[in-house]
Amino acid sequence: MESSKVIQAIYNDDDVLMAAVKKVKAKRHHIEEIYTPFHIHGLDKAMGLAPTRIAITSFIYGCIGLIISVLMMNYMMITDWPQNIGGKPSFSYIENMPAFVPIMFELTVFFAAHLMVITFYLRSKMWPFKKAENPDPRTTDDHFLMELAVHGNEKELENLLKETGAVEINIVDKEAH
Amino acid sequence: MYTFSNKLKTFSIILVVLGFLGVGYGFMTSHKSLDEVKIILAEEHGSDHAEETTTVTSIDEHTEAQKADEHAKHVQHQIANRPWSALYVSAFFFMMIALGVLAFYAIQIASQAGWSPVLFRVMEGITAYLLPGALIVLGIAVASGTIGHYNLFVWMDPEVVEHDKLIQNKSGFLNMTGFIIRGLIFIGGWSLYRYFARKFSIAQDTAEDNRNFKKLFRISAAFLVFYIYTSSMMSWDWIMSVDPHWFSTLFGWYVFASMIVSGITVIALLAIFLKAKGYLEFVNDSHLHDLAKYMFGFSIFWTYLWFSQFMLIWYANIPEEVTYFVTRIEDYNLPFFGMLILNFIFPFLLLMNSDFKRVPWFIVLTGIIVLLGHYIDIFNMIMPATVGDRWYIGIPEISSVLLFAGLFLFIVFIALTKAPLLAKRNPFIKESENFHY
Repeated sequence: MESSKVIQAIYNDDDVLMAAVKKVKAKRHHIEEIYTPFHIHGLDKAMGLAPTRIAITSFIYGCIGLIISVLMMNYMMITDWPQNIGGKPSFSYIENMPAFVPIMFELTVFFAAHLMVITFYLRSKMWPFKKAENPDPRTTDDHFLMELAVHGNEKELENLLKETGAVEINIVDKEAH
Repeated sequence: MYTFSNKLKTFSIILVVLGFLGVGYGFMTSHKSLDEVKIILAEEHGSDHAEETTTVTSIDEHTEAQKADEHAKHVQHQIANRPWSALYVSAFFFMMIALGVLAFYAIQIASQAGWSPVLFRVMEGITAYLLPGALIVLGIAVASGTIGHYNLFVWMDPEVVEHDKLIQNKSGFLNMTGFIIRGLIFIGGWSLYRYFARKFSIAQDTAEDNRNFKKLFRISAAFLVFYIYTSSMMSWDWIMSVDPHWFSTLFGWYVFASMIVSGITVIALLAIFLKAKGYLEFVNDSHLHDLAKYMFGFSIFWTYLWFSQFMLIWYANIPEEVTYFVTRIEDYNLPFFGMLILNFIFPFLLLMNSDFKRVPWFIVLTGIIVLLGHYIDIFNMIMPATVGDRWYIGIPEISSVLLFAGLFLFIVFIALTKAPLLAKRNPFIKESENFHY
């Protein structure tokens, strides 16, 4: 990172933050990161982030889960040890299909959900025992923090952020990571 | 204020007239004499039964002829049933849309939803069809057992009941008087709620306080309790009893799922239509997005119930239960499995993407598919019991749809002209107008 100096503005309301983001973006400043205690609808769009592709991965994982469930049950219940349950035809997967639908559904959901969460953690570079990145512990409670890089325009940024309703503004020297 | 354009008015009247002619034609051509039926049967079986007849000549020819006579009589009755059933399916389908919308509307009010008040007048317009629509359904059902020859409900035929122990045991519930009284109670309750809900909703527009809103809230909660019982009982009476030997414990829910998803679809289609005409400028794409989410969700809910009903019966394989699905899979294979594609696969894949739910033409496309699918759903509920394998989507079916579609459009659009399209004094209207995703 070329600049190690950042300005951190803290807000105590998500609507104020949202308006601030729009104002800062309108002035063409680059927002490094925003830390919030909860998800704010539309914040990603306001920040100009690229749309997430997590839904696409989730769809793919769901398809994988569906295929695995079909292959698994076909092997277990038809090929390896044909099971006769309630006199249903036991040598054909398709004729026995209704009985397998609940498991096909469950494994689809299971794969989609778990793999999506794991992907999300990996993509956000989060793993067990990782040191927290958020600069202020209050962002896990009731405060919102916007971080902007400083390129020798401290005063201008400070005034702008104050105008937008920040309750606290700090200029921090960040160690390069 | 919406004005019912002359073009649309003529269009709906033309639909009614065309439908009426077609229905009349259907009834006129459905009376076949026994000899005509035998000729039809001989033509159908001519080629593939030639071999069989040579092998059964040893059996007593007298009983053989009697059997053929009985079969021909049976087929004659099925042919006569077809226009009745076609009319009944369409009448029920359009009534069900209005009833589904009424339930959805009551849920919105009872849950004090903040997103939907801009759509209340559209919903109230659609529910205007409920009273005439439901009376027509009940009327057709009763007429089939009085002027008709028991064309829809076999339990209405005293001669059938006389020889049927199972129906005799159920006759405490399944009898004409009870059927009419229950039907009138259902319709009366729904229409009373609809009448007062509309009245309070309009009174709220010019009110100084929220008294009307509170009253509306209270009657909506009460109506939902009434609706839960009556919608379920209505589905036993008006649909499930066409197969009086068969029963399913989740049938009421299954019909409800069909009802609510068709209702929401029509709300979305009508809102898109009115918005395109410039009447609903306060409805934004977030409202459409929410409606599309409901279409998506309830389509999956419908599939869940369809499958739950199917799988339990398929798995248990009890003869008196499983015949229901055997008939549908053998004689109705295409509509029975085709409706799964229309009602589940299409909405599931088309409406999965979040962005597609905000594109009007995408919602319209999916909506038309969903409505078609749920028409076929009702078709599959009624037809196998009444016409058996003598089904076809022909003049009687299509013209019945035209008839009730025309009537539906006419009544709904007239109701829309009666009040401003924005419930402007609703306490949640500001929230609804500013609603965004």
